[in-house]
This record gives sequence, C-alpha cells and structure tokens, in this order.
Amino acid sequence: MSLPNYTSLNYRIWHYTYLTICGLVFFFLIAPLFVILPLSFNAEQYIHFSEKMIALDPEGFSLRWYKDMIYGTKNPWGLAAKNSIIIAFFATIGATVLGTVAALGLSSRHMPYKAAFMALLILPLIVPLIISGVAIFFFMAKVGLAATHTGIIIAHIILGTPFVVITVTATLTGFDHSVTRAAASLGSNPVNTFMKITLPLILPGVISGALFAFVTSFDEVVVVLFLAGLDNTTIPIQMWVGLREQLSPTILAVATCLIVMSILILVSAELLRRRSERLRGINR
Amino acid sequence: MSSEKIIYSTDGLPLDVSLKKAERRNKLRALFLVAPLFLFLVITYLFPLSDMLFRSIDDRMITGKLPNTYKAMEQWDGKELPEEPVYAAIYEDLSFLKKNKTYGKIIARLNYEKGGFSSLIKKTVRKINKFEKGNYKEQFIKAHKRWGQIGYLRALKSTAPKYTVAKYLKGVDLLFDEDRNIIQVEESRRMHKTLWVRTFKVALWVTVFCFILAYPISHLLATLPMKYSNLLMICVLLPFWTSLLVRTSSWMVLLQQQGPINDLIVMLGIAPNDDRPELMYNVIGTFVAMTQILLPFMVLPIYSVMKTISPSLMRAGISLGGTPFMAFRKVYFPLTIPGIGAGSLLVFIIAIGYYITPALVGGASGTLISNTIAYHMKSSLDWAFASALGTMLLVGVLTIYWIFNKLVGIDNIKLG
Repeated sequence: MSLPNYTSLNYRIWHYTYLTICGLVFFFLIAPLFVILPLSFNAEQYIHFSEKMIALDPEGFSLRWYKDMIYGTKNPWGLAAKNSIIIAFFATIGATVLGTVAALGLSSRHMPYKAAFMALLILPLIVPLIISGVAIFFFMAKVGLAATHTGIIIAHIILGTPFVVITVTATLTGFDHSVTRAAASLGSNPVNTFMKITLPLILPGVISGALFAFVTSFDEVVVVLFLAGLDNTTIPIQMWVGLREQLSPTILAVATCLIVMSILILVSAELLRRRSERLRGINR
Repeated sequence: MSSEKIIYSTDGLPLDVSLKKAERRNKLRALFLVAPLFLFLVITYLFPLSDMLFRSIDDRMITGKLPNTYKAMEQWDGKELPEEPVYAAIYEDLSFLKKNKTYGKIIARLNYEKGGFSSLIKKTVRKINKFEKGNYKEQFIKAHKRWGQIGYLRALKSTAPKYTVAKYLKGVDLLFDEDRNIIQVEESRRMHKTLWVRTFKVALWVTVFCFILAYPISHLLATLPMKYSNLLMICVLLPFWTSLLVRTSSWMVLLQQQGPINDLIVMLGIAPNDDRPELMYNVIGTFVAMTQILLPFMVLPIYSVMKTISPSLMRAGISLGGTPFMAFRKVYFPLTIPGIGAGSLLVFIIAIGYYITPALVGGASGTLISNTIAYHMKSSLDWAFASALGTMLLVGVLTIYWIFNKLVGIDNIKLG
C-alpha cells in the first residue's frame, strides 16, 4: 500500500502506525499456532526450546513423539482417532441431510413463521455448549444412549445442523427459483428436480456447511465429556485428559497433525467459497 | 348490470379457490421440509432443555419417600416440638425405608438442608428395629438427641413441597432459613455471586478486546487488494478452523513458567530469572487465550459488513469539508455497526458459556460459571443445582440474543 505523494506527514505517520498495529494483531492471531510445530519435533522431554534447537542442530530434533503417538504403549490415540472419525462421519451426514432439507423449506417464499423457525433451528448454536451438554446428557441417560456412539452422534447432529442451515440458506438467497419451475414444467418430479437442478447449484453451500458440521463434531469436547464412556473416547477428549495431567510433547505431536488437517480443511473451504461466489455471480 | 364474471382455471375451480389451494400446498410443502429437523430438535434438544429446567425445581424424590411424615406435619405450626402422631409417622416412613434399604438418597437430601442429618438418620435407622409400639416421641429422642431439637424437625418439614426454588437461591448465594425467610448465606460461603460477576466481566472485557483488535484488521482486510487480503485472511481463518484444544495447548506452551513469553520477559530484564511471573492459572491467562481464540468470530462479521461499504463514501465525506476523523466517525463507523453488533454478540455469548479454556489455563481464580456447572455435574453430583445454574445462564444468554435480534437482526451472523 504505497501512499500518493501529496499526503501529509501526519497522515503518513498515522498510516504506518495503523499498518504496524494490524501487523501485530495478525501476529497475535497466527503465531501461537506455530509455536507448537517446532516443539513437537523436540528431541528432549521438556516443552522448551533447547539450545540445540535454537542452534538448528539436527540432533536437537527428532520424531520420537510422533513415534510415541503411533506406537506408544497403552496408546489411546489410535482408538480416539478411530472414534472421532466414525462419529464425525455419521454426524456430518445426519446434520447435512437434515439441515439442507430444512434450509430448502426455510428459503421457500411460502414458509410460515419463517423467523421463529429460523431462530429455533439455530438455537443449538446460541445456547452455551455446557448447557447443551447438561441437557443432552440427561436425555441420553434417560433413553439409555449415554456412553454410546449413537448418543454422541445424535448430540453432534444437533450441534452441527445450525451451521448447515445457515450456510445453505445463505446460498439459497441468490438462488433463481425459475430454474426449478422450468424443470417442473418440463415434467420433472420434485425429487428429481432437487437432485438434478437444485443440488448441483447449491452444492458449494452444502459442502461448506458439511465441513462446518464435520469440524464441529471432530473438535467438540464439552458435550462428549458428559456423554463419553471409556470406549467412546475421542481425540479432543484425549487431549483434554492429557492437558489436565501434564503438557506432554506427544500432545504437541497430535496438535501438529490437527493443524495440518485444519490447513487442508481451510484450503477446501476457501476453494468452495470462491466457487460458490462464482456460481452465484453467473445466476445474477 | 350483471355481476362480475368468475374466472375458472383449467381444473374447473374458480381461479381464486385454485390459487389458494396451490398456495396452501406450497406452504405445506415448505413445512414438510422443515418438519424432520424441527421434530428431531424438539425431541432431542428442546425436550431435554425443558427437562433440565424441570430438574432444577424438582424435589419430589424426598416427598415420595416420606409421605406419612409430611402429612402428619401439615398441622404442626413449628413453634414447639410436635406431638406423638408426627413421630409415629416418621417411624412408619423410616422403618419402611429401612426394610427396602432405600434411605441413602434422603440422607443426602436432608443433610443438604441441615448439617447433622446424616448421622441422625443413620443412627436412628440402625436402632429402629428395636422400637416398641407406642410412645415413639420418647424413643426417638432416646435414639438420638437431635430428634428433640426443633431445628431438625423444622428442616424436615421444609423439605415437604414437591417443587422448590432453593437451588436458584443458592445460585445467587441466598437460602431459606427455618422460617422460610430468604436470607444471605454466611459470608465465608458466598461464592456464586462473585462467579457470576467474574463471568460477566471476563465475557465483557474479552468482547471489548476482541473489538479493539478486530476493527483495524477487518478494515485492512476489506480495503486491501484481493491478492493481499486473501493471504492475510488465512491468518484469521486458520485459527478459526483449528481445534480449540490445539489453540489452548499452544497458549499453555506459551504462558508456562519456562515458556517463550517468560523467556522474553527475562531476556528483556523485566523480571529476574528466578522470579518468573505467573502468566497461567489465573485470570490473565484466561483473558489472553480467550481473546485470541474468539478474535476470528469478531473479525469475520465486521469484515463482511466493511466489504460492502463503498470507499467513495469516505472520500465524499472528506471532500465535503470533514476531516478524515470526522468522516470516519460520522460516515464509516455508523455503517459498520451491524457487523460490530453481530461480532460482539457471537463473542460475548461464546465467552459467557466458555468452559475448556478457563478450565485449562484459568486455575482457581480464573474459573467461570460454566466450570462450576461442570463441577456439580461431574464431581459433587448435585445435578439439580447444575441445572439451576444452567437455566440461569441460559435465560441470560437468550435475553441477550433476543435484545440483539430486536436491535440488529440475526441475519447478520455470517460464517466465513
């Protein structure tokens, strides 16, 4: 951002101060994440930048914590990862299907009490997680689903649907309804119209909603803390347990893996967003 | 003159009837689409939430266990020790509970009402088989002298109603005394008010900090050319998509006593090496970590509003004679208020119910109300009290949400 040369000195000073402040804020946002990366390759047992690490001596670095994560004795991470993936997979499917269908209804011109329904459907997003956790725990205990995968999956569907509803209704605001009418006038039934016309057009919104639902489930710890038994431990639960006991380098190795995963998710979410913006641009 | 001609549609019905029919069908179709999620949430979410509300006032367990006692006590005014029939009723109930071995629960409940009930009931139950018929009052007092103290009998009577708001009173450090007056709890045990105030303060300050930090960078992101802003946007979105526990653990690494921030403080000579400041396990840690973690929730809504503001508006303001500051204050800032509102709501609501980060970096002085709820759910097992605190928090959050909805509208909540 270069300034035109007629700007006053005061303005220049102000401008560069502003850029510096922004730089510091960006640093504050992103730097903490990247402290973990080098420390997870630490050869020593302490979570501390050793002198060898600072001197970039190869001996200061090792993969031992990654080995410990995968092959360590009484290692909880394998089971946790498996559970996390199973739960997140089914919760994503459930939340996406329910949320997309509801968003279609909500976006309809003919939907009565639209605002009230919308407020109700995104309630799980507004209610603090701890309260959702308490309430869902009582319910699951009552119906005998506490400490089961099914119970946790249902809980995560509840928490994931608001994201799907929000992203899909947002996509549908720019949706040209004459294309579905055209399909209907050409003899297509509603299901067929949805599968062949509507869904491909709103797919970016659906997928980004699904990504939100997946991350919500994969990252969720508060509700699972109430619901999970020993067999349903997930990655966030294991991290929580580990962090409560002691900050160990193995946790940092796991954290690094999760950061890599979130980079992948971020990239796909960004690509989807751009594609959706492009598609909506064409519709207009 | 003839009346207006009725127009018929192709199916032979008058057009307006046909139109109404079609509209009703469309309405039903829309409702039919929303129905699955709606019903799902009613069963698995709204019903449990109301169940939680109900649990917080429900006191029927003990009412069901001591039916005769409460019935006999109805007439008793509580001024002097009750007469024989009351003791006879207590005998009837306790010996029945002893036979079924189900007196454990009432011990906990009564002991919560007044300390000392635990040993009183246990001792009495042990001796109750040897009681002879008649003259129960004397035998009870002989079994344990507390049966002769009016305070215990009053406390017993006060547990009679099926529903109670006692847990809500406890949530704000109040309680019923023996005469059902509402009084403050002893000073040494007043802790919940402090917790509410702290939770509110932390949420408010985190919101303010997030706003101060988010405003300039949102402006930069909204005004920079696309190719730069997309790159910088990663700095906002990467933390947003990263696991909460990863971000919390990174703060635990940074703030620990031998951590990089303390290293820096020692290096700069602010504190000596053997007296490193405690940055974690107190309110400071909670503040810093929560601000960084919730910052993206403030940036994204403000950014999406700022992007829609044309830069020519500021220029117009300046060309009409305003200073840049005036143009900002009178033109630009008011236009960004919907974004600020949405961001603040999100951050405040998330912060007020925050659990994980305060539990890990907060220590004792940094715990918030949600940590207390979790404690009563998992450790003290006072589920009714946890439910009461949860309901209070829920009412607070929903009120804020409702006010916000009136002022700004929920449509301003945007994600990414």
